Amino acid sequence: MENYPALIVVAPFVTGLLAGLFVWIEKRLSYPIVLAGLFISSFSAVQVLIRVMESGPIQYKMGGWSPPIGIEYRIDLLNAMVLCLVSGIAFLNLIASYRSAEKEIGDRVSSYYTVYNLFLTGLLGVTITGDLFNLYVLIEITSLTSYAQVAMGDRDRGPLASLNYIFIGVIGASFYLLGVGYLYMYTGSLNMADVAVLIKGSQGSSTVLVAFILCILGIWIKMALFPFHVWLPNAYTYSPVIFARVVAPLMTKVMVYIMLRLMITVFGYDYIFNTLNLSDAVVWLATIAVLAGGVMALAQKNLKKMLTYIIVSEIGYMVGGAWMGNQLGMTGAILHILNDALMTFALFLAVGNMVYRIDRVDITDLKGLFGKMPWTMAGFVLAAFSIVGVPPTCGFFSKWYLILGAMEKGAYHFAAALIISSLICAVLFFKVFEICFFESGSHGHDHSSHGPVAIEEAPVSMLIISGLVSLSLIVAGFYSGAIVNTIILPFLK
Amino acid sequence: METIISIKPLLAVLVSLLVIPMLVSSSGKPNVRESWTFMAGIIKFLLVVSMLPVILSGKQIALTLFKIAPGADIAFRVDALGMLFALVASSLYIITSMYSIGYMRGLNEHGQTRFVSFFALAISATIGAAFSANLLTLYLFYEILSLATYPLVTHHQDANSRISGRKYLIFILGTSIGLVLPAMIYCYHATGTLEFAGGGIFSGQLSKPSATVLLLMFVFGFAKAGIMPVHSWLPAAMVAPTPVSALLHAVAVVKVGAFSIVRVITGIFGVDFLLSFHLGAVVAAIASVTILVSSCIALTQDEFKRRLAYSTIGQLSYIILGVALLSPKGMTGGILHIAMHAFGKITLFFCAGAIFVATGKKYISQMVGIGKRMPLTMIAFLIGAMSIIGLPPTGGFISKWYLVLGTLEGDQMIMLFVLLSSSLLNAAYFMPIFYKAFFCTKEESMFEDKIEEAPMMCVVPLLITALISFALFFFPQPFLDLAQLAVKGFIGG
Repeated sequence: MENYPALIVVAPFVTGLLAGLFVWIEKRLSYPIVLAGLFISSFSAVQVLIRVMESGPIQYKMGGWSPPIGIEYRIDLLNAMVLCLVSGIAFLNLIASYRSAEKEIGDRVSSYYTVYNLFLTGLLGVTITGDLFNLYVLIEITSLTSYAQVAMGDRDRGPLASLNYIFIGVIGASFYLLGVGYLYMYTGSLNMADVAVLIKGSQGSSTVLVAFILCILGIWIKMALFPFHVWLPNAYTYSPVIFARVVAPLMTKVMVYIMLRLMITVFGYDYIFNTLNLSDAVVWLATIAVLAGGVMALAQKNLKKMLTYIIVSEIGYMVGGAWMGNQLGMTGAILHILNDALMTFALFLAVGNMVYRIDRVDITDLKGLFGKMPWTMAGFVLAAFSIVGVPPTCGFFSKWYLILGAMEKGAYHFAAALIISSLICAVLFFKVFEICFFESGSHGHDHSSHGPVAIEEAPVSMLIISGLVSLSLIVAGFYSGAIVNTIILPFLK
Repeated sequence: METIISIKPLLAVLVSLLVIPMLVSSSGKPNVRESWTFMAGIIKFLLVVSMLPVILSGKQIALTLFKIAPGADIAFRVDALGMLFALVASSLYIITSMYSIGYMRGLNEHGQTRFVSFFALAISATIGAAFSANLLTLYLFYEILSLATYPLVTHHQDANSRISGRKYLIFILGTSIGLVLPAMIYCYHATGTLEFAGGGIFSGQLSKPSATVLLLMFVFGFAKAGIMPVHSWLPAAMVAPTPVSALLHAVAVVKVGAFSIVRVITGIFGVDFLLSFHLGAVVAAIASVTILVSSCIALTQDEFKRRLAYSTIGQLSYIILGVALLSPKGMTGGILHIAMHAFGKITLFFCAGAIFVATGKKYISQMVGIGKRMPLTMIAFLIGAMSIIGLPPTGGFISKWYLVLGTLEGDQMIMLFVLLSSSLLNAAYFMPIFYKAFFCTKEESMFEDKIEEAPMMCVVPLLITALISFALFFFPQPFLDLAQLAVKGFIGG
């Protein structure tokens, strides 16, 4: 089919609106409708990825209008991969949400699905579009819907976290829009490929420089790169887990994707690494981000919040790799988009299972969890090892490329930061494991009372998803060589 | 060298991994569970043995599983050194499984299914490390082994094991992530390969200072080998049930550490390279200090298992010392010591466990007169101790003989002195135990004059390993042949 690219975005959009309508007609139908929408979307994404792998990038003219007037979808290996990732994670999360959504947000659940799908429409659109202004609009759709979903969470802290998120989010978006404005001023075009051609050779132009700085700053704020991260931990911690599970792995990764897109497609390597020569400074910033995220995570008492600070640290990984200015670093950054999305998803799925059973996930609430929820914990342990970077989980292999890239550039501080971050993560997670393993809550320590603990697991649907995603970390690890060779290196040429 | 492609090394690794689901599913039926363990152990052993003739005929067996990056795949290659180690580990696994039954049931331990499952995982990783074709694969299995052993060390789940577990992780995981990982990536960065090669992978990329730093990062990074000062996790890990101390902390885990260092010395740096920079002496010096200091500390320990642990730390450094001599005889002795020490030391640990099961005694000062109560155990103890000291007619004599020849070959009188004085110290910390067990007056004896051994499942294994230690004096082949074959590959290649 020719229209797979459109379907990726349109299917969740239409089903989202339909689900909204069905709230008044037949509430129970909302769920299957959005589920179908996301299924179509992820199926189309896979089809598109296969096609791109076979026959190169796809250009799709929305509504038949040619660029630069119309909006163009331009899909190459990079965004085809991200599209699969976004739609796949969204689909799986929706399956896992079937049982937990009602418990968490009660009767608001059917309208929630509409917002959920609109949010994903935004994310998918951001990933697929080849138009700078369209990108802005879709970022705003994504952001507005996520403000709404964050506010649905914790009744006390959710709204405040959401408000914070709105303020900083709007600032980020404004920066980006302003940057796009400058670009438009200089080139008269909004199509990415078009702009790229028009600004080629205008290295000295201060307009382009301002545009670049504004766009990148805006995206950094949206991405929560340290020190612009302050909105993220609260927003993700106090949002409902069904939303945290999808926003935590995807939002920041899609923003990293946009940064890569701006760097590679719009402004170009040559401009960034030869003309501007910002590489060293940004790699230092990323180094600090990696360490700061880890250190702040150490101070947390709530598991969910701890994980959000790990996300802040991981963003540093990707930014550092991307700005390393060599192929190894860029390979590591792109591979880490995939790996980090998977492992963050796995972690939050496990947290979702815990929340389902024990409601609060302060670290001290997790006593005896290995006995109570063995399967959930198995998934959690695997995901944690991936974050630490234990082979054969995938986290190890992207770290491998990132460190190699850093060594090639001579950025030993970044390599050291990654190693230290691994150690910090090991401390973080073993602190959690210790509590889950040693403190059995009601049980004593002498041998006689070590009877089998009653198992109280999350529903099977949630367990299967979290188990599958955790196992995929090992599969992705073993096949990371294949992913690099078939997707990342061909993309980087 | 002729290489045969075969799936056997993979099967040998996988068999005890695949049996874990069976173990878990038969957790309510201990006898069924134990027969699964035995079946896996025996199949594993037979698989290893079936590769022995091929290896002895001077060929190698190889298998590439996943391509990660050029020169760094996930791949197996069975050579003489790996074969020797795998033979030791897989044969002792069967005997230890038998012993575990006697020990764990004798003490009515909790969580036996968890115990046997992680034990199976640990042995899988050990064999994987033995068969690794390159440093990346070795690192992968090294880390899996570290993590699989954690729940075994902390099996009792009390405050004591929590502290020991923490120490274990800090030393083992801290050094492997903090030292080995960067050193490994640096090697790859410098040479573009991690494949173990007969003559090493470096050809002029390293200056002497950086080679020294890199070598030390590996020697201290593989902290499982217990080189001082990264040794103190081992005495702490003695809180584990005795089967763990016996197989893992006398054979599998610690020897994976020593084995990894041997691999790095021979396969990454290469004998000629180290000789040209005189770096063997550096490692030998560190090992000598460890040998002497740990033997002296062992003298002061009253807890039986802790004394054995310090003895192990010293004996592991024999392996390192022998290989670091970089002379054919010394290297043969060092590699041979992997096998000889294993059978001797596991006997001693089995004895310690048997005494604990039968009498509940942990301290040497409480074991006066134990020989009258448990004569078989104590005779086995004598043979094990003689093997560790290096007295004929036990296997330990052969490896020490070669070590001594190695020092003479290289004219290294200081090392000769170290070896001989350490043997005296070994005698000094083992012989009094035996002496007081039998030769004491009735008043001194703390036990009644009645023979009462531990359960048969505990006694038979220790008699078997004692017998093997004895027999190895007369029939040191195939271990001797393998060691000589391995050394020929390192020095001739």
